[in-house]
Amino acid sequence: MIPLSWYLWLGLALFAVGLFGFLARRNVIVMLLSIEIMLNAANTVLAALGTRMQDVTGHILVFFVMAVAAAEAAIGLSLVVLLYKRFREVHMDEVRTLKG
Amino acid sequence: MEKVLFGYLALAILLSALFAIFSRNVVRSVLWLLVLFLHQSVLFLTLQAEFLAAIQIIVYAGAVLVLFLFVVYLINLREEIRLPKFLGSYPLAFIAVLSMLILAVAGLVGFVPAKTVGSLSPGAILKVGHTQILGEHLFREHILAFEIAGVLLLVAVLGAVVLVRRLREGEL
Repeated sequence: MIPLSWYLWLGLALFAVGLFGFLARRNVIVMLLSIEIMLNAANTVLAALGTRMQDVTGHILVFFVMAVAAAEAAIGLSLVVLLYKRFREVHMDEVRTLKG
Repeated sequence: MEKVLFGYLALAILLSALFAIFSRNVVRSVLWLLVLFLHQSVLFLTLQAEFLAAIQIIVYAGAVLVLFLFVVYLINLREEIRLPKFLGSYPLAFIAVLSMLILAVAGLVGFVPAKTVGSLSPGAILKVGHTQILGEHLFREHILAFEIAGVLLLVAVLGAVVLVRRLREGEL
């Protein structure tokens, strides 16, 4: 039996990696990938708690997180394509129309 | 034995996430993320969640990553190799991650799990299977959320089509 806390620590470490990638990378596509990493960390923790607490709600929540992640990836990537069409650029620090 | 397996999975997941974040080539990042998703699905198997392991591979590795790869190939990133990877202000990101870690570790050290609920007991999983238990609860208690998720996916598909369609002169 793997202890529950191991899964929680793994989820925390994975979330930290994803958060760093989201905050630090310039490329929008890698930022979206980092969001997927963070969602995976949350999924790990939800599935572990669901199994160990013998509660099916945790696993159902993982199911919905996956659906929302797929929707988010579709919209986010179409925004990336729009950004590239408009500015020929996918780097966050080069797109500064709002900054004036 | 299973602790060794967990150690390998945790190491592989963390390393592939780090490689995905730190690799300069975006195609390589996407492929490292594929490695992460496959290991994650084995991690779901160690939690007796075989349905989640299956949809992890089908949805993430099969659909989302293919979408990412398509967009990476649509966009010309030839100069990417020579450009800096990180924002100029990336030390601030370290501070943000560190403060998040401090808060989360403070919460996790004193963590005590709640009592078991019993709707997903190991005996029931062995007897009728994880998928059937999940389906019964999904379609009895969470049917509204399920329908809303369906509408959300439809809206996302339509939104993606509307966003990237080609505009003719005079439209919009």
